[in-house]
Amino acid sequence: MQSGLMGELLELTLEHVGLVSVAMAIATAMAIPAGILLTRREALRRWVLGFANVMQTVPSLALFGFLIPLPFIGGIGKHTAIVALVLYALLPILQNTLAGILGVDRAVRESAIAMGMTGRQLLWLVELPLAARTILAGVRVATVITIGTATIAAAIGGGGLGVFIFRGLASVDTNQILAGAVPAALIALAADKGLSWVEQKFWRG
Amino acid sequence: MALCREPVARQAKLNLDSVTPPANPLVSFRNVFYRLGRQDILRNLSFDVEAGETLVLLGRSGSGKTTVLKLVNGLLLPSEGEVLVEGRPTTAWNSIRLKRRIGYVIQEAGLFPHLTVAANVGLVPRLESWPQQDIDRRVVGLLTQVELPPAEFAHRYPRELSGGQRQRVGVARALAADPPLLLFDEPFGALDPMTRMELQRQFLAMRQNLGKTAIFVTHDVREALLLATRVGLVHQGRLEVLTTPSEFLLAQGDEVRAVLSCLDTKGNV
Repeated sequence: MQSGLMGELLELTLEHVGLVSVAMAIATAMAIPAGILLTRREALRRWVLGFANVMQTVPSLALFGFLIPLPFIGGIGKHTAIVALVLYALLPILQNTLAGILGVDRAVRESAIAMGMTGRQLLWLVELPLAARTILAGVRVATVITIGTATIAAAIGGGGLGVFIFRGLASVDTNQILAGAVPAALIALAADKGLSWVEQKFWRG
Repeated sequence: MALCREPVARQAKLNLDSVTPPANPLVSFRNVFYRLGRQDILRNLSFDVEAGETLVLLGRSGSGKTTVLKLVNGLLLPSEGEVLVEGRPTTAWNSIRLKRRIGYVIQEAGLFPHLTVAANVGLVPRLESWPQQDIDRRVVGLLTQVELPPAEFAHRYPRELSGGQRQRVGVARALAADPPLLLFDEPFGALDPMTRMELQRQFLAMRQNLGKTAIFVTHDVREALLLATRVGLVHQGRLEVLTTPSEFLLAQGDEVRAVLSCLDTKGNV
């Protein structure tokens, strides 16, 4: 029994990490380019930030529920869970990308343009290096949130450590709940520490 | 404008043998207006900057002098009239090429905080895809020229420099690709008087050695008279006076007198 639980714990932990990794990879790949684009399109900025904000306010359990009836992205299982997690992770990354790039000192940006940098050079040589730390902080916050939120994925058959939690809730078994909650918290802490460390490495300017 | 230009060019070609054309001014403003919304920032500016001279534009904050510089390197385009650089209107230049031919030094230097001194100075050559060896050699030469020993300074970051040192790096960076024209926007404005004097001295020495053309913006009349070969007084978007420093001292007009009165209180020219 004991070894069976350990086996399941390991399996669900891996599944959990897998869910979070895929969701974060997609969210980062979407939110950073979108954030960069939005620094160039002021009119669009309001709308997209508004959308991301609204996504953030939808209760997570409800969001998972809303997605189930949708074609293609919806249904029961992992991919629906990932869609929901991506929607949650977008906002912090998007916001920090914007804040990081728009926060670059005016004098620095102006002298970059005045010395004849193209838009692309300005982005890659000046804006992104200077914003990297802020953007990474956004990714870190989003990751920590996603690790917690991913426990709800079990409610729609997404698997992960939430399986323990929902089973524990159903059978009023505190140990089962803890078996899901404690590892999730530990993963979140580890991710936070690890990404903080990467952030420090970027800290130069 | 394009229509007017062509016949002139053709004419110049025809006369090439009979008449030596006058030396082209490096920069010329022709009836330039710059408007922001309904407000005239610059009104009907016309002047030439000849190769080798240092034109100092003097004026209060908000007089429009920085706008003049931005019109030269194409950061801004005139609302009316035209700005010619090397005989070609800024609107006809490739805007990137134009900017790389002009060195620009601003207050607080605008150095890139994430790059070392060497990388800051070598940036335009790098954008121009110089071979790394040439960039390194150029950086060492320039840092020596602005009196920052490369061994000591090349690998520092801007935050590890004093204000005066940062400004020197800014000057070195502007000189990096050997542009014929340099623009200075109150470069020494934020420095203490001693450092400021030192950099002014260096500026004069450099002008003698390099023979660059410069347009220099300042609100400090003493600095203007010290550095200029010609002084232009900008007041409410107009160029009120444009003359040599010695004649500037004798010039008439309320704003000139107001500006020169600063000298009386400080005492020293």
